[in-house]
Amino acid sequence: MSTIIYGIITSVILALYAVGFSLTYGISGLANFAHGALYILAGYISWNLMNYLGLPFLASAPLAVVACALVGFIIYWGLLLRVRGIPLSELVVTFAAGVAILELLTWRGFYGISYSLPVFVEGGVEIWGVAVDAQRLLVIAVGVALVVLLYLFVHYTKIGLAFRGMAQNERTALSVGIESDWIGALSLALGSALAGLAAVVVLPLGMMESSVGYEVLIYALAVAIVGGLESTPGMVVASFVIGFGQRITASYIGPKWMIIVPLAAIVLVLAVRPSGLFGKFKELEERV
Amino acid sequence: MQPPDVKIRRKRLDRGIKARTDSVFVIAAPGDIIYVLAPRVLPVVALLILPFFLSEYHQEVLVHASVVGLLALSWDLLACCGLFSLGQSLFFGVGAYMAGMMDYYLHLSIWIGLPLATLSGGAICSILLAPVVRLKGVYFAMVTLMLPLLFRKIIEASGLLGGTLGLSTRGSFPNEWVAVYLGIIVFLGVLFGLRKLIDSDYGLVLKAIRDDDRAVMSAGINIYARKVQALFVAGSIASFAGAFLTYRYEFVGFSVFAWDYAILPLAAAALGGPGTFAGAALGSMILVPLSEALRAMGGLRIASYCLVLMVSIIALPEGIFSFLERKYHQFESLVEVK
Repeated sequence: MSTIIYGIITSVILALYAVGFSLTYGISGLANFAHGALYILAGYISWNLMNYLGLPFLASAPLAVVACALVGFIIYWGLLLRVRGIPLSELVVTFAAGVAILELLTWRGFYGISYSLPVFVEGGVEIWGVAVDAQRLLVIAVGVALVVLLYLFVHYTKIGLAFRGMAQNERTALSVGIESDWIGALSLALGSALAGLAAVVVLPLGMMESSVGYEVLIYALAVAIVGGLESTPGMVVASFVIGFGQRITASYIGPKWMIIVPLAAIVLVLAVRPSGLFGKFKELEERV
Repeated sequence: MQPPDVKIRRKRLDRGIKARTDSVFVIAAPGDIIYVLAPRVLPVVALLILPFFLSEYHQEVLVHASVVGLLALSWDLLACCGLFSLGQSLFFGVGAYMAGMMDYYLHLSIWIGLPLATLSGGAICSILLAPVVRLKGVYFAMVTLMLPLLFRKIIEASGLLGGTLGLSTRGSFPNEWVAVYLGIIVFLGVLFGLRKLIDSDYGLVLKAIRDDDRAVMSAGINIYARKVQALFVAGSIASFAGAFLTYRYEFVGFSVFAWDYAILPLAAAALGGPGTFAGAALGSMILVPLSEALRAMGGLRIASYCLVLMVSIIALPEGIFSFLERKYHQFESLVEVK
């Protein structure tokens, strides 16, 4: 029973990690390798706002999310715009930016137990005999709400529709007056904000160190590859596959082998279905 | 001063010796021979003589530059056939651990262990990456980014291969000079070997895979086999670098999978100019001494490599080497636009 409940929680956390990454990739074809760095950056910003400005967590968390969006926007406008259209250069630039952020944070001495964020909600409940703390339930609630909101956003708002237009065909989108640079920058900003949001919700559950940033990036990539990029149901299913895979590994084989699961999932999926579980044929052509 | 309506432009002309083709030179006079040989012979001679004039510390820097140069060359070879790697530290680390195992468990002598680690490292890397060789660009990069991190986690978590403590090996080079010259000579050999290779028919196919893999497939060539072969060569080169450092420091730990060895070669190749090999070599010879000079920055070093990487990708996309090459082969003069 506890495997099932914690499996669900792990899966939702993975989905939260991956949602920003796969959204940005889906819209503008940008693989944002700075995703994990932005995740940690959000934690760092909100920690600093709390400890140096004395803001309550409820105020510092949204500010951190906004700051993340701003950093994402700046990365696009300042760096990526100059190499737009060369996928590998884009990748190297975001990767370098991400590693630079993480290394700067490590250099500032940003690791250890003293850095942790408080939980939003205290206490816990018992579900079918398994103790679950309230923050983990909040994570699930946020994850579900986020998926629903994003669905509504991309289907019923103007910017959301512009995002989808860009994703489907950039040239046609241009011809109907959608500014592709602007939308690209917004998509990166939105993806970064989602990384920040995931951070302020998930980070209170554990330690905050810059090395976590690399892990977040790994999980986001694993979910994105397994699920098939730009496919929202694929992303959700993939995070459940990997999340449950990890929980089952942890319970029956040993927690230290958990990290193998994403790699095994990637290799299996690439061998059997190179376009991912829910990928479309167009992606197959891109990948192979 | 020029009157404002007179426009000046830069006029570039290829030197006569180079005008016919890109690579074949028409040599007619001793001056031409010097012109062609100087850029090749001078760096070689300089690198071979340099250790005599350097202190032990600076020799160490030179060796480290050669090791990073080997990694950058192996990155460049992979990039030549369209495999974009973000994890040179994987190849490096596998080689380093293979050498560690050869010494620690099997007690092989260095002259057997080093070549064996080189080849087995290349073989392991190509077997590991063979299933994902079908992936292109970003996807291949993602997988190579993850593998070294995962290896590190596995070694950390499972305690295999010495776990967090690493393996202390006993075999080492007979003396400093052997190590220094082995590093430099292998580096130069790989540099010129790869330049030769990429100009041969075999290298032409590799480059064609990068440019248009469908066309190569339709010519009846198995591109996956070719990519695996390139992986083996590149993996062996980087494994040699790893094994070499293991024997030199008589130690191997999971720090070989660290970012230094993934970012530094990439930054070196990007700075020097990818696709030319000489660029990667030049880049590492610039970047490693520079980073030694910046050693005082401590933890900021990796961040500074990232900065170099970003600046060179954005501002100097062709790289230093291509720039120098162009300047060397062309006359330039300012002429009035009429």
